[in-house]
Parts: sequence; structure tokens; C-alpha cells
Amino acid sequence: MSEPTHHAHKIVSPRVYLAIWASLLFFTALTVAVSYLELGVFNAIAAIGIAVIKSTLVVLFFMHVRYSSKLTKLTVFSGIFLFLVLITMTLTDYISRAWGMW
Amino acid sequence: MDSQAIATLPEHDQPAHEHPEYVRHHFANAEQQRETANFGMWLFLLTEIMFFSGMFAAYLIYRNWYYPAFVAGSHYMIIWAGTLNTAVLICSSFTMAMGVYSAEMRNRKALLRWLTLTLLLGFVFLGIKAYEWHAEWVEQHVPGLNFSIEDFTHINPQYPDDRPLSPDMAEKTQVYFSLYFAMTGMHALHMCIGCGILIILLFQAWGGAYTNGHMNTIENFGLYWHFVDIVWIFLFPLLYLISRHQ
Repeated sequence: MSEPTHHAHKIVSPRVYLAIWASLLFFTALTVAVSYLELGVFNAIAAIGIAVIKSTLVVLFFMHVRYSSKLTKLTVFSGIFLFLVLITMTLTDYISRAWGMW
Repeated sequence: MDSQAIATLPEHDQPAHEHPEYVRHHFANAEQQRETANFGMWLFLLTEIMFFSGMFAAYLIYRNWYYPAFVAGSHYMIIWAGTLNTAVLICSSFTMAMGVYSAEMRNRKALLRWLTLTLLLGFVFLGIKAYEWHAEWVEQHVPGLNFSIEDFTHINPQYPDDRPLSPDMAEKTQVYFSLYFAMTGMHALHMCIGCGILIILLFQAWGGAYTNGHMNTIENFGLYWHFVDIVWIFLFPLLYLISRHQ
């Protein structure tokens, strides 16, 4: 083992990775546990909410976006934004049409 | 050298050791090369987001349309297998992140160890997925190849409160299972490609590549692996969990 690489970017410590790993496992257990409760519409909301939290942790820490350049952050944000546009616009159309009534 | 030449060839001012072997001649320095490779990888991942979001959009629309069929279909998912697979993928993302860290620390042995663990966890995921697909084949839940509406026109013993579906709604469970196989199948294909690339990376890392300061490839492969993990983080609740009580 020789000298570590001296990039301008931050090297994320294994302790951060361990903490993220533990929280991801915790949220997995939580989302399964919540799915056994009867919460009506909130079952879906809780499941998607927890998935969003988990993926945010992965993107920010495992994928280093928290420590990345503005260009990378903008790229990631534009990807999420386009995804939301696709889902929202499509579902708005499908849900709000008066199916079979014209 | 006149001033114009200096302006267009700024690297001539830099000492020779600023330009290591692995930096391509069109990059000013290693950091610029790293940023460029990283940006390129993220652009690729954007196209991947769009690819998967088409299927997610289709899933949400059809779930909205054929809601009872989607509920009945998802009641045949094996919850423990999906949960275990989520945990396996999260562990593999952790080992991959540790692999990137080992490459950064120029520790060849640790890099080989973490990459091997990542590969093994990838195989475990595919194995559990194959077990589930086999169970669905046996239960005749594979549209187009081996499908019967039998299960859905009768009461599911695991969900005795479910009312049986009418035959035409029971047919629509094929939409659920088609999307299930399309989404988990495309995800598994990404896992297979990932495992294939990992094997190549392992051979290269064995020969000492990626622990000499040049680790863009390991870093970018890590991004791909984590992306595939994120897709599963959303597939798991959508396919297994959100319709359990309706």
C-alpha cells in the first residue's frame, strides 16, 4: 500500500459508508414493517417516501454527489426533474380525463 | 514562444510530473479528465433514468386503470424474497463504495476483496430473483408463456379477505405480471451486465490497475452499480408492498 491519491475531491471515509449502509438497512426493515399496518392511502405514500429517502442517501453519499461539482449536481437534478415531469404530466392527463364519457 | 502559443498550449508551463501516464493528451490534467469522465457517466445515467421511467409511468397508469388486478397480482409476490434481495443489493452497494475507497487508498488487496464481495452479492441477488421467477412459472403467472387466471378467480389462501376477481378483471392481472417481468427483467439484465463488467475489472485490478492513482473506471462503475440499486429501491415497494391492504 502506497501513498493515497491526492485528488482535489474529497475522499469519503468508510465511517460515512457504514452509517449510510446501516440507515439503508433500517429503512428497508421500516418500509416492510409499515406495509403490514393498515394505513389506507398512506401505505403507498409511506412506501414511496421511504424509497425516496433511501435513494437520496445513495445518491448523496455512495454516489458522492454531496461532494461533487456544481455541474454534477445540476446534471443529477435535471434527471430527477425530467423524471417528475414525465410522471406528473402523464398521470395528470390519465387521471383527469372523463374516460368513456364523450 | 510567442504569447498566442502560450495561450493555446497552457500545459507547456506545467512541470512534466503533472501529466501522468494515464492522462489522455487532450486533457490538461488528471482532475479535468476525472471530471469529464464523471460527467459523461452521469449523462449516461440520465438516459438510464429515462429508460426506466418509461416503465414506471406505464406501471402507474395501468395500476390506476386495472387497480383490482394489480392488487391481486401483487398479493402473489414473495415478500421475504423481495426484502432479502433489497438487503443484498444494499450490502453490495456498500461493498462497492468500499471498493472505490480502497482504489482511492491504492490498496490492491482491499480493492480485490471488496470487488469480489460485490460480485458475489450480485450473484446472490440474481439467484434469489431466479428462485422467484421459477415460483411464478410453477404458479402459472408468466403471461404469454405459462399463464392461468385460475388463482385470481378464486380466493388467495394467503389473503382470505380478498374477493375473487371477475374473469375479465382476472385477465388484466397479465398486465401486472407483464410489467413485473419487464421491470425486474430489465433490472436483472442490468445486474448481469454489471456482474460481467465487475469480472473484467477484477482481472484488471488483479494486475494492479486502478491502484496506481487512476481510478475513474472504478468510480464510474460504482455509479452504475448504485444506480441499479436505486432502481430496485423503487421497484421493491411498487411491486411488492404498496397494494398489500386493498
